[in-house]
Amino acid sequence: MLITKPPLIPSSEITPESVYHDRRRFMGAAAAGLAGLALPSASLASLQPADTQQAGLQKDDEITPESIVTSYNNFYEFGTDKSDPAAYAHTMTTDPWTVTVSGEANKTGQFAFEDIVKGLDVEERVYRFRCVEAWSMVVPWNGIPLKKILDQFEPTGNAKFVEFETLYRPSEMPGQRGFFSSIDWPYREGLRMDEAEHPLTLMVTGLYGKELPNQNGAPWRLMVPWKYGFKSIKSIVSIRFSEREPINTWKQLQASEYGFYANVNPNVSHPRWSQATERRLPSSLFNTNRRPTLMFNGYADEVGHLYAGMDLRKYY
Amino acid sequence: MASATRRLVKPGIALAMLAPWLWLGYLIYLETQQMGSGLGPDPVEELLHHLGEWSLIVLLCAFSVTPLQRRFGWAVLIRSRRMIGLFAFAFVLAHAGVYAVFYVELNWQLLLDEVVKRPYITLGMASLLILTALAVTSTRGWQRRLGRRWKGLHRWIYLAVPLALAHLLWLRKDGYADLVVYSIWAAVMAGERFYSWRLRVQEKTSPS
Repeated sequence: MLITKPPLIPSSEITPESVYHDRRRFMGAAAAGLAGLALPSASLASLQPADTQQAGLQKDDEITPESIVTSYNNFYEFGTDKSDPAAYAHTMTTDPWTVTVSGEANKTGQFAFEDIVKGLDVEERVYRFRCVEAWSMVVPWNGIPLKKILDQFEPTGNAKFVEFETLYRPSEMPGQRGFFSSIDWPYREGLRMDEAEHPLTLMVTGLYGKELPNQNGAPWRLMVPWKYGFKSIKSIVSIRFSEREPINTWKQLQASEYGFYANVNPNVSHPRWSQATERRLPSSLFNTNRRPTLMFNGYADEVGHLYAGMDLRKYY
Repeated sequence: MASATRRLVKPGIALAMLAPWLWLGYLIYLETQQMGSGLGPDPVEELLHHLGEWSLIVLLCAFSVTPLQRRFGWAVLIRSRRMIGLFAFAFVLAHAGVYAVFYVELNWQLLLDEVVKRPYITLGMASLLILTALAVTSTRGWQRRLGRRWKGLHRWIYLAVPLALAHLLWLRKDGYADLVVYSIWAAVMAGERFYSWRLRVQEKTSPS
């Protein structure tokens, strides 16, 4: 009997930002007509697209400027405007940062954030980031594969799901004090265990080679590149292993519009808007930079097997 | 009110209603100079929201003219009513125009699909249709032609305002502070109308 394992992506196949930028230099050189003189053009052609495709990036994926990634955020704990998090998140205290680990694991309890990440290598990953609101970015994240973090707590066989919670601290989070909000704080999100352990799933501790800014979810936040952005919960203070599917905040608020899986899927339209296309930021009035949305945000080869046989219209 | 002051009311209101246009024009000018400097990284969304917000505010202003005039005797306001209403219509039209151009990219089949499929767009479009009829018939000529029916037709504003509010409520994900303010505003103006209508009915029926 042949036992096949799902293909995993070795981290060596994911392009670090530096190499990614280097490709631009090659292209610049080619444009300047230097390539024909200095390099055999065939080697140039074989170098360039191969690198980006292995990283799951499309040829025309360009890294979004850092200023946009750190100023255009959905982090309702600080307000519902995209500019609110950048304006108000500085009030959040991220040191000390305690994380509660509970549920179906051998090692549970309170842990200091530094102790959890100590000794783990931080990797750089350039991922597409697709918001359910039909805009997208390309971000160089720094982080640790979530599996490496979860393994430390030795989840038991009963751990079928993992649930995360964002900090609840109204004194530092004006959005949680709001009278006219219908969100039941704290913000909650969850993953199936196999999704959590997938090599693409990252616990992000930085971006653009720098410490993670508060408005992006300091000191650490999730990044699941094939799911809509709201799955990638920010400023996590609780990790809970459970046997049953957790209820995530947006599903709790509007189950007809937001599901548990929230996989990027151009064929399943959100009740309020189509998901067939997206505006890649920065967008402009003169060129909206609209592009077709890809199945699983372009990571179908890597993650498609996780959902084999599932009706993605039902499990949206 | 002195007559000189009275003469200034209408141009004053016109200026106030023009201000948001000038502001948006300035933001768009900034965008032409440097991408993202005026309307941010997602300018289409920003423009759509600005126009939608002003549509609702100016529509509520138009809806407030008659009650304010009645309560406070500001007869001069009535002379600006059509102008305010047309400003509201211009905002709504621009709001829908940005949606049609940038979101459905003038694909009429898609537009029709979206109107049918998405309730908040259905409501918004219904409100736009009503306001179009009101704007077209806002001239003196149409007022004369329609006679008594003109007033009845323009009472459709009582439907256009709640439709616009429902449109916003339906599309909003969270954070309802502004919606509460707009709804109270609309309710107060509707309440005044109801109250004065009841007074009129009572006057008619009570023995004098």
